[in-house]
Amino acid sequence: MTAPMPVIIGVTLVVLLGLATFLTWFERRLLGLWQDRYGPNRVGPGGILQAVADGIKILFKQDWIPPFADRGVFVLAPAIGMMTVLLSFGVVPVTAFWSIAGDLNVGLLFVLAMMGMGVYGVVLAGWASNSKYALLGGMRAAAQMISYEVFMGLSVLGVVMQAGSFTMRDIVLAQSGLWFVVPQALGCAVFTLAGIAETHRLPFDLPEGENELGAGFHTEYSGMKFGIFFLAEYAGVVLISALLVTLYLGGWQGPLLPPALWFALKTGALVCLFILLRAALPRPRYDQLMALGWKILLPLSLINIAATGAILLLHAPG
Amino acid sequence: MSDLPFILFSLVAAVAAIMVVTRAVAVHALLYLVVVLLSLAGVFFALGAPFAAMLEVIIYAGAVMVLFVFVVMMLNLGRSDRDRERHWMAPAVWIGPALLSGLLLIALCTTLRTIPPTAASDTMAPIGPQSVGLLLYGPYVLSVELASFLLLAGLVSAFHIGRNIRGTGTGEP
Amino acid sequence: MFGILRTLWLTFLHAGHRRVTVGYPEHKPPLPPRYRGRIILSRDPDGMERCVACNLCAVACPVDCISLQKAEQDGRWYPDYFRINFSRCIFCGMCEEACPTYAIQLTPDFEMSEYLRPNLVYEKEDLLISGTGKYPDYSFFRVAGVKIPGKDKGEAEREAAPIDLHTLLP
Repeated sequence: MTAPMPVIIGVTLVVLLGLATFLTWFERRLLGLWQDRYGPNRVGPGGILQAVADGIKILFKQDWIPPFADRGVFVLAPAIGMMTVLLSFGVVPVTAFWSIAGDLNVGLLFVLAMMGMGVYGVVLAGWASNSKYALLGGMRAAAQMISYEVFMGLSVLGVVMQAGSFTMRDIVLAQSGLWFVVPQALGCAVFTLAGIAETHRLPFDLPEGENELGAGFHTEYSGMKFGIFFLAEYAGVVLISALLVTLYLGGWQGPLLPPALWFALKTGALVCLFILLRAALPRPRYDQLMALGWKILLPLSLINIAATGAILLLHAPG
Repeated sequence: MSDLPFILFSLVAAVAAIMVVTRAVAVHALLYLVVVLLSLAGVFFALGAPFAAMLEVIIYAGAVMVLFVFVVMMLNLGRSDRDRERHWMAPAVWIGPALLSGLLLIALCTTLRTIPPTAASDTMAPIGPQSVGLLLYGPYVLSVELASFLLLAGLVSAFHIGRNIRGTGTGEP
Repeated sequence: MFGILRTLWLTFLHAGHRRVTVGYPEHKPPLPPRYRGRIILSRDPDGMERCVACNLCAVACPVDCISLQKAEQDGRWYPDYFRINFSRCIFCGMCEEACPTYAIQLTPDFEMSEYLRPNLVYEKEDLLISGTGKYPDYSFFRVAGVKIPGKDKGEAEREAAPIDLHTLLP
């Protein structure tokens, strides 16, 4: 029943990178739909080959490193950003039989660790570019991502308490009766917000902040190095969606349809939700973002933990 | 054979630690420090303590070092700082501390050799997060509480330093 | 908080709205007849060039994209060459307003892309059309002829006699 590990890793990698590429087109189409326009619809049926065209273009662009940049770190930064996201997928169980390390006993912690490492990709990109906009973007990213990592970690603790395990597979199996989104609605909301901030997606894309920072931390990047950042962002969206599905929406579980399809459906719906958020909401000011985090999300997640703990203790046998 | 990951991670940690000390650019040194912490996490993992490994990555590599990088970014170090660091790398500066550290290393090695190897290293089972939690809130509950007191004190003092004095300014640091 | 959710919902509802984009190459938007597009030189109803090489268009042009040279035949002026550099033209229509003979006109055509910039410089042959453009009955010389050697006003070919200003009769 279980496929050999290299097959699983290879298929996951190919699917993930393909999905991230495809999402660049899909997001533009969806944004167009919600903004009463078309988006890219020229290349191939419905414009689906736009992603391929963009890929070819970006691959053949000059791979330019600014002379004032710190070369080594400049090249390293996008690689860190991409690798941490891809590594995080290692512990996401797609189905009961299809996951790279879904039964790692510190799976959830591994995800949080990789999120923490992902900060380096952005921060180092900002530093190595040696330009003021990139530096400002990098510093914003550092503060924002570290802060929201805290809330993310705290919000998932409710899930961990209910499931009694850090193992992703056990968490999914613990939701066979009731999805955790119902008892952990508060945690789910905090996790979603923290997830957006952690992938620095709109509306929380202050590290990029086109209006005021040029393009933020990747101002000086071009060619495929920029493409890597871009793909990492979309892979991050898929990752956060997959994590939400795993932690709160019952993972692969669902009636009638095969488990993998359920997982894909739920993840896809959440990706659409993230794109809807981008289509609808304006970007908050930076201090508003931090105030939202520390003054609202942190107390909320602490209340969530306390309440979950109290209820669990009340219902504990004996 | 099962020691191979351990040896590998330790080697990486040692080499990276040397690189930390010898870098002239602060951010490069910090990056190597991150590598050291990551390989230490790997060592923990190889020794069967995945929980400690993950905490190492999350807290040290993920949070503390990012703050270090953050501060270094704000300092805006330039070429002159790099040259000064290079100047400090002269043998006259480091030969004394290095000799003393070498002595310490020799002493450490000889003392370690006198300890008989425990049989536990072969039959060691990985320690999951659950057992760590039970230990923390069982025998070690006092130290956990003391650590939390310390953190609370840090929190309160940070709030005190960062507060808005006499209502002037915007309140943002 | 409620406002944010409401925004999300309203934006989501836009999925069912009609798209405002006009898919251009397939669906050409209707252009009004007075649209200011590609510039042409028209002819009068008798098939002669309307342009009298008065240079008013070149003077009116704010970007100096019109260049022409006067030539003379039988006492009537006509442009020896007439050149419009469309890579400079801003399609403001001032040349059309300045023209005393309705010769230079702007048309509802804007599809004039070229791969080479020199190809955007249109010569008189490129500009001249065989029709009268927007003013089918107008002929400058019929109403405002000039005296040429041997012939007085209104006596030359295709000229109407000048109107007697001193009579009240139509």
